[in-house]
Amino acid sequence: MNRTHKRRLTIVGVVTVAVALAVALGVYALQQNMNYLLTPSQVQSGQASGYRTFRLGGMVKRGSIHRSDDSLKTTFIVVDADGAMPVEYTGILPDLFRDDQSVIATGHMDNAHFVATEVLAKHDETYMPKELKDAMAKAHAGKEIKAEAGTAAGGGNPDP
Amino acid sequence: MTPELGQLALILALLLALAQSVLPLIGAWRNNHALMAVARPAAAGQAVFVALAFGILAWAFMTFDFSVQYVADNSNLALPWYYRFAAVWGAHEGSLLLWVLILNVWTLALAMFSQNLPEVFASRVLAVMGLIAVGFLVFTLFTSDPFGRLLPMPADGADLNPILQDPGMTTHPPMLYMGYVGFSVAFSFAIAALLGGELEKAWIRWARPWTNVAWGFLTLGIVAGSWWAYGELGWGGWWFWDPVENASFMPWLAGLALIHAQAITEKRGSLRAWTILLSIVAFSLSLLGTFLVRSGVLTSIHAFASDPRRGLYILIFLGIVIGASLLLYALRAPKIAHGKPFNVLSRETAMLIGNLMFVVAAAMVLLGTLFPLIADALHLGRISVGQPYFGLLFPLLMTPVILLMPFGPFLRWGHGEPAVLKAVLLRIGSAAVVCAIVAAFFVHGQVKAILGTAAAVWVGFGVALYAYKRWREFPRGRRYPAEMAGMLLAHFGVAVFLVGVLLSEALSVTTDVRMAPGDAHEVGGYSFRFDGAQQTTGPNWHAEQGTVTVTRNGRQIAVMHPQKRTYPRGQVQTESAVKAGLTRDLYVALGEPMDANNVRGAWSLRLYYKPFIRWIWGGGVLMMLGGFTCALDKRFRLKRQAAVVATTGNEPAPALRPQENTA
Repeated sequence: MNRTHKRRLTIVGVVTVAVALAVALGVYALQQNMNYLLTPSQVQSGQASGYRTFRLGGMVKRGSIHRSDDSLKTTFIVVDADGAMPVEYTGILPDLFRDDQSVIATGHMDNAHFVATEVLAKHDETYMPKELKDAMAKAHAGKEIKAEAGTAAGGGNPDP
Repeated sequence: MTPELGQLALILALLLALAQSVLPLIGAWRNNHALMAVARPAAAGQAVFVALAFGILAWAFMTFDFSVQYVADNSNLALPWYYRFAAVWGAHEGSLLLWVLILNVWTLALAMFSQNLPEVFASRVLAVMGLIAVGFLVFTLFTSDPFGRLLPMPADGADLNPILQDPGMTTHPPMLYMGYVGFSVAFSFAIAALLGGELEKAWIRWARPWTNVAWGFLTLGIVAGSWWAYGELGWGGWWFWDPVENASFMPWLAGLALIHAQAITEKRGSLRAWTILLSIVAFSLSLLGTFLVRSGVLTSIHAFASDPRRGLYILIFLGIVIGASLLLYALRAPKIAHGKPFNVLSRETAMLIGNLMFVVAAAMVLLGTLFPLIADALHLGRISVGQPYFGLLFPLLMTPVILLMPFGPFLRWGHGEPAVLKAVLLRIGSAAVVCAIVAAFFVHGQVKAILGTAAAVWVGFGVALYAYKRWREFPRGRRYPAEMAGMLLAHFGVAVFLVGVLLSEALSVTTDVRMAPGDAHEVGGYSFRFDGAQQTTGPNWHAEQGTVTVTRNGRQIAVMHPQKRTYPRGQVQTESAVKAGLTRDLYVALGEPMDANNVRGAWSLRLYYKPFIRWIWGGGVLMMLGGFTCALDKRFRLKRQAAVVATTGNEPAPALRPQENTA
C-alpha cells in the first residue's frame, strides 16, 4: 500500500463517515419533525396517543368560537362527522378563520383538549386542502363530508 | 374571435417547435446542413406565435373579454389595469403560457448569439430547446388551454386571487421563470455535448454567462417572493420552508453548484462529467418545481388550481426528461472525462466541497419536501415535515461552506500554498473574534447574534482582504475583471445576508397583543399606540384601516396604517404596515376585531420589531448582481468576437472546429 493508496483510503473513509453522519442526522431530524394529521374522531379513538405533537384537522363548529375578554386566548371546537375536540389557542387567528371553516391546527393534547400553537385556515374560499378532505373521507368512509356545506357558503364559483 | 386566434397561434408554435427539434437533430446526425439550418428560423417563428398568443391573452384581459373562461376567473371590472396585466400569469394556464414565452426568449437569444458555435453543436442545442418547448406547448394545449370559452358570457368576472394583488407578486413569477427556464440553456448544452460525445472547454466558457444570468434571475425571483411574503402574509416571516418555496430553492442550490462547477471545468478542463450532471439536475429540479406548484399534490399556500390530469402529464414529462437525459449521461459521460489533476489543498477542492454541500442541501430539501408524498403513497399516514427539520439541517450543511468561503479565492488552482492560508486565517479569524466580542456587549448575550456577527465578518472581511490583494498586486484595469467583481459582489452578498438572517432572528421582538383605542404597547424600545380603526375603500376592496402611532422617547417616529381588506368575493386579506429602515423594521398588522359588536373597538394586533431584516434581501440582491456582473466578463465576449472575425471568411475558428461527428 503506497502513499497514493493510503491517501485515497483516507479520503474514502472520511467521505463514508461524513455521509453516514449526514444520513443519520437527516433521518433523526426528519423523525423529530414529522407531524401526523388526525381528525377529532381519530384522536378520540386513541390514535394520537403515540405522538407528542400532531396536526388536528376538521371543521370549526358553528357558534363554538369564544374569545377571552382580556387576552388573545380563543377556544373553539373542531368537529368531523362523528367526533369533536375542544381546542385552545392563544394568538392571532388567520384571516379566513370562522364558523364552518376547515382548519388545521398544530399542537398537543392536554388532558381532554387540544392546545394549538398554530392554526391554519383553508386558503381559498372554494378550496379545501386535499389532504384534509382525504383524511376526513378516510375517517368515515362512505359518509358525506359536511365540509361541502362550508365550501358552498363561502360563495364564488365552486371548483369543478 | 381573437381568443381562437390565440389558440391557433399556439398550435402553429407547436408545429414550429416540432420542426425546430426534430429536423436539426436528424440534420446533425446525417450531417445535413439544410436540415440543421431549420433550427434558427423555426425558433424565430415559434417565438413570434407564442408572443402573439401571449399578447392576445393580455388583450383579452385589457378589454374585459369575460367570454374567455380564464379572464372571467381571474379578473373583474374593478381590477386596475396593472393587476389585470399581471393576472395573465396569475393562475395556472397563463403562467404556463408565460413559461413558454420565456423559454422562447431564451431560445431566441441563444439562436442569435450562437452563430460562432460549430454548426452541429448549435443545432443540437437549439433542437433540445425545441423539444422542451414541444413538451410545454402540448401540455398547454391539451390540459391547460388559456383560451377556453365561457358561455354564456358573465357580466363581470370573478377576481384575481387577492394575495397576488401586490407589486412583489407581479414581478415574482416572471423573474422566477426567467431563472427556471434559463437553466434549460445549460441543460441543452449538456445534452448536445452528450449526443456529440464532445465537450470543448470553449463551449463551457460560452455557456457560463447564460447559467450566471439564469441564476441571477432565480435569485431575484426568490428575493421578490420572500419580500412579498413578509409584507403580504402578515406574519412578518421571510421564509417558511413551504413546499413551493422549496421548489424554487432546490434549483437555486443546484444552479449555485453548477456555476462553480462550470468555472472549474472552464478554467481547468476537469470535472466535465460532474458539470454535465449538474446541468441536468438543475433543470430537472426546475421542472420538478413547476410540477410541485402546478399539480397541487402538496398542500401549500401557493398551490392554487389542481387537476390530476395535469399532474400526471407533468410527471410523465418529468420522467421522460430526467430518465432520458440520465440514460444518455450513463452511456456517454465517460467519453468526455478529461482535465488536469489537482491536490487536496487547492481551489478545486474548496469549490468541490462547496459543490457537494449545495447538492446535499438540495437533496435534503428534496427529501423533506417529497417525504409527505412518499409517506402517503406507502400508506404511512398523512405527514407533514416541520420547519425545524430544514431549520436544523440547512445551517449545519452550510457551515463548512461559510468556513471555506474566504479561502477559496486565495487558494491557487491545482495546488494551494499553506503559508498564504495561515496568514489569511490569522487575519479574518482575529477580526471575526474581535467583532464578536464587541457585538456581545450590544446584543445582550444572544448567541445567535454573536455567531451572526462573527460569520458575517469572517466572510465579509475575507472578501475585502482578497479585493485588497488584487488591488495591490495587479496593474490598473486588470484588477477587477467582471468575473472577479461578480464573485466578490456575490460573496459579499453572503456576508450581508448572514447579518440579516442571524441578527434579525436573534434580536426580533414579536408580540401579538389585544389593544383598545388609546392603548399603548412597548416593543423593542418603541412605543406603539393604537388609535382605532376606520373604514376605507380602494379600487376593488374595502378595508378596516388601523392607525398606529409609533414613538420613541416621546418623539414620533411613524404613523402606520395596517389594513384588513375585504375583496368583492368576500376574501379577506391582511395588508401589513411596515416602516422600513437600514437597521430595523417596524411592522404592524391587524389581527381581528376582538368583541363581536365592536363596542370598544378593540383589535388584536401584531407588533414586530425586526432589526436588520432588510439585509436579508440586500444580500440576495448583491448575489443577483454578482451573477449578472460575472456574465458581463470580456473573456466570455472577446472569444466570441475573435470567433466571429474568424468565421467571416466562412472558415470556422481553429479552436472551434467541429469535431468528427460521432453520434
